[in-house]
Amino acid sequence: MTTLAQEFTKGIFKENPIFRLLLGMCPTLAVTISAINGLGMGIAALFVLLGSNIVISLLRNLIPARVRIPAYILIIATFVTIVDMVLNAYTPDLHAALGIFIPLIVVNCIILGRAEAFARKHDVGRSIIDALGMGIGFALSLTILGIIRELFGAGTVFGAHILGTAFQPMAILGTPPGAFITLGVLLGLFNYLFKRLGIE
Amino acid sequence: MNLMAIIFVAILANNIVLNQFLGICPYIGVSRRIETSLGMGMAVIFVMTMAAIVTWIIYNVLLVPLDLIYLRTIAFILVIAGLVQLVETILKKTNPTLFRALGIYLPLITTNCAILGVALLNVQAGHNIIQTIVYAIAAAIGFTIALIVMAGIRERLDLANISSMLRGAAVTLVTAGILSLAFMGFKGIVTL
Repeated sequence: MTTLAQEFTKGIFKENPIFRLLLGMCPTLAVTISAINGLGMGIAALFVLLGSNIVISLLRNLIPARVRIPAYILIIATFVTIVDMVLNAYTPDLHAALGIFIPLIVVNCIILGRAEAFARKHDVGRSIIDALGMGIGFALSLTILGIIRELFGAGTVFGAHILGTAFQPMAILGTPPGAFITLGVLLGLFNYLFKRLGIE
Repeated sequence: MNLMAIIFVAILANNIVLNQFLGICPYIGVSRRIETSLGMGMAVIFVMTMAAIVTWIIYNVLLVPLDLIYLRTIAFILVIAGLVQLVETILKKTNPTLFRALGIYLPLITTNCAILGVALLNVQAGHNIIQTIVYAIAAAIGFTIALIVMAGIRERLDLANISSMLRGAAVTLVTAGILSLAFMGFKGIVTL
């Protein structure tokens, strides 16, 4: 039996959804043009994951196995609609920047994946820990990617100027090709690091 | 926007995979062999067109008149999940050959965010039913082209001597980046 601490940290390192499992790539590539967008997307997904894991774990003995996937999708879509409305009301700029990728959290494989692989087999406490670990791992990865792209693409981090006026921004990092290449190189780097640290 | 412009933009200038980041998971997962990517592409063209038509009808006939637009995410994803099931069942009964060709790809498509994404983009852009159908088919063809080109490259990449840390998904993403750069070149041709 894994301890609660292991349950929590597995989502951040060993089973990091982006760098280890390669899940949820679409929002990862699309919104990480700046650090704040990456963090916003990460927190939105964390909230949906937490909500869906709690509800699915609570209902795990009530949902018949044969219709479980549509039931999970319905629960997830409910939380996504909540996030959509809250972001629209309180942070309209972020809502506009994330655009179509907020409703698309519904089809983010991480969330349905955790429901299917974890929440339907474990009690509420463990499901909350699992959701927090996975959600933070996802948010952290998106923020790292956002920081790198914003720093070299615009010379700022979270909107604050870091590299000074003499720095020539590399505009390609703000474009779609830049997203693919940055994530590809970062993935290779993490593969190397994980190998050196002995985490397989 | 006229139909030719919609087709050109959806296939090349604003390719849904390489430019709008929709459907990355199947793009990386199924692009190993040209035959499998062709099968996946056909299944996507089929389901995406059906899904776009059905979601357009649901949105404009049900959600808008009843003032229930905030339910669109829930309504669309349920309709798409149901539609995939329905298509699978109907194909199995009526056209076993096509079912065998598309069969294994159909369940995968429910989690393909390009299907829901295109449905949402259609509604957002305020397309009418003809524009919706044309856009859905063109976007799916764009997906298929990107998938087949990538599969062709990856069949060669298997033989190349790549550093072990970049092997697999990492080098695929970098390749997609270079492809995306090439597709960006089409942007200048049409003024949006």
